[in-house]
Amino acid sequence: MDNEKKYFFDNPNNVKRLMHVFYGICIILLLLDFVIHRHVMHSWENLWGFYPLYGFVGCVVLVLIATWMRTFLMRSEDYYDQADTDEQSATDDSTNKKQNTEIGGHDVDA
Amino acid sequence: MWMLEIPPFLPFFIGALIAAVTRGNVRNIIMVAIPIVSGLHLWMVPEGVHLQFAFLDYQLVPYRADKLSMMFGYVFHIAAFIGIIYSLHVRDTMQQVAAMMYAGSGLGAVFAGDLLTLFVFWELLAFTSVFLIWARRTQRSYAAGMRYLIIQVLSGVILLVGALFYAAENGTLEFGYIGLDGIAGWLIFIAFGIKCAFPIAHNWLTDAYPEATVTGTVFLSAFTTKVAVYSLARGYPGTELLVYIGAAMTCFPIFFAVIENDLRRVLAYSLINQVGFMVVGIGIGTALAINGAVSHAFNDVIFKGLLFMTMGAVLHMTGRINGSDLGGLYKTMPKTTVLCIVGAASISAFPLFSGFVSKSMVMSAAVEEGYDWIWLMLLFASAGVFHHAGIKIPYFAFFAHDSGIRASDPPNNMLLAMTIAAVLCIAIGVYPSALYSLLPYDTGYNPYDATHVLAQTQLLFFSALAFVWLNLKCLYPPELHSTNLDFDWIYRRLAPVALQKTFSVIWRIDEAVRQAFLSKFDLLLAFISRQNEGASGLLSRTYHVGSMVMWVSVILAAYLFLSFFTR
Repeated sequence: MDNEKKYFFDNPNNVKRLMHVFYGICIILLLLDFVIHRHVMHSWENLWGFYPLYGFVGCVVLVLIATWMRTFLMRSEDYYDQADTDEQSATDDSTNKKQNTEIGGHDVDA
Repeated sequence: MWMLEIPPFLPFFIGALIAAVTRGNVRNIIMVAIPIVSGLHLWMVPEGVHLQFAFLDYQLVPYRADKLSMMFGYVFHIAAFIGIIYSLHVRDTMQQVAAMMYAGSGLGAVFAGDLLTLFVFWELLAFTSVFLIWARRTQRSYAAGMRYLIIQVLSGVILLVGALFYAAENGTLEFGYIGLDGIAGWLIFIAFGIKCAFPIAHNWLTDAYPEATVTGTVFLSAFTTKVAVYSLARGYPGTELLVYIGAAMTCFPIFFAVIENDLRRVLAYSLINQVGFMVVGIGIGTALAINGAVSHAFNDVIFKGLLFMTMGAVLHMTGRINGSDLGGLYKTMPKTTVLCIVGAASISAFPLFSGFVSKSMVMSAAVEEGYDWIWLMLLFASAGVFHHAGIKIPYFAFFAHDSGIRASDPPNNMLLAMTIAAVLCIAIGVYPSALYSLLPYDTGYNPYDATHVLAQTQLLFFSALAFVWLNLKCLYPPELHSTNLDFDWIYRRLAPVALQKTFSVIWRIDEAVRQAFLSKFDLLLAFISRQNEGASGLLSRTYHVGSMVMWVSVILAAYLFLSFFTR
């Protein structure tokens, strides 16, 4: 690591700076709602902060539902391949189980 | 001018022939030249019917050009040009030939003026494109290609049956407005729907596209679904059912995209999502909505192609495509990173990028026509597409945690192709009038008013904020090695297992019945033989020869007697 080149986001300060700029833009966009007069086509658009709220809540709900979907949709990576190689011995099953336990953790680097 | 008679698919088919017999630079030059020359030629062709002849009792029109087909004709040329440049380094004649044939088939389909010609190119699309999947030459790609081919051919057969019904009902094969009255209308609708990846008929796409070769997926993403969108726009504009189907298509794939690990499969899901916007536009059917659908198809070919190219570059250089294996690539692939971000911004419809100027037309049309709930769904889908295609793709491939992979940027031809696509994305976003002038209708629409720009920017930035917040709270689902079940589970798992179970039961019953019968039969035989034991048995008696002769003569006499009656 020592002799490797340092890249832009390796420096936590740069990440922090970027995030501050991002938060700043978000606040400005929210405040612009007061300044810019909208010509709306739909009554809900009149609500203050409709679009920001919809975008934020929509995405959080999206991710939470998708995560919940994993509980019943997720299978091991070779799920469909198993059907073709059913006759392969139990050694495969044991490796599969091992993989499954690894899947439980975060950020698997296999 | 003699050139006018040449339908656009012909140069590509000839190009495929040449590609099959030439090698090296000669092939490269010819392959790059064909879309340029053919595209310039198309630019000069006026609207109208350019080629027709009578076949049996019907008028066949293999080459008809109007604004709608021209629009797709142009973008298919652009897509073919970019795709060919992207695949110049490939030394695989099968892929080069298949790609040229496939592009030609797409062009043939959008310029087809009758349903029979459409059917021919519809099937050619399937048979040529499948080689781009098989060219990966893995067991998985072979199986996925087979499933792809079966579904595509099924769609073609339904189209043919529908076309025959249509001819019987209307006495013509002309491909114009069809509508959903009559069995022909429904059959053709289903055929288009399968190729358009309607919900529950969508898995051929998410199954096969990620298994295709690096360059093959770029071609695949451009043609098949867009031909279907074109066909719907011609045959079923204003069909209300399409609004609901399209809205479903925009929403459900984003959930799968969020939890999918294979980044090219994420893009396949987002392809369905984008096609959903087009289908909604066609379903609404006003001038603005149709314009929106068509221009979004135009833009989607380019920005989705760009995204598939950047992910292809990642796969090509690192050999990996799973989000869980990647990360930190911005360090050594800076150019690809920037190009990917351009594609991501375009698909997310950021102002000044191409997606913005076309998607907004569909959304505006939905509100204007009073489809409130549909509008809300589209808005949700817009936020969602930014979430999975706009943020997830670049973030997990190029940033996130450092995977330690230090791959360099891809070969120059790949970079050039991606750059062309990226420049087009920005150019169309900055100067949409050029695109609008090609559209079928003149609506005077202007996407850049303050209200609209602000609304879209707010929506996107706060979607991004949601991503940041979820990540900080560790609520964001990590990328995992996994397979997520989708509707294809029904025919890849449930149906085979169910059939297997059913047949094993049938076989077991069959075996039991046979066993029972055989044992009963044995008993019967034993019984008979017991009855006939010894000389006293009924069947074991001996008879005199004389009585035999007597009975034979009795039978013959009876015959003689009967023959008198038959005269």
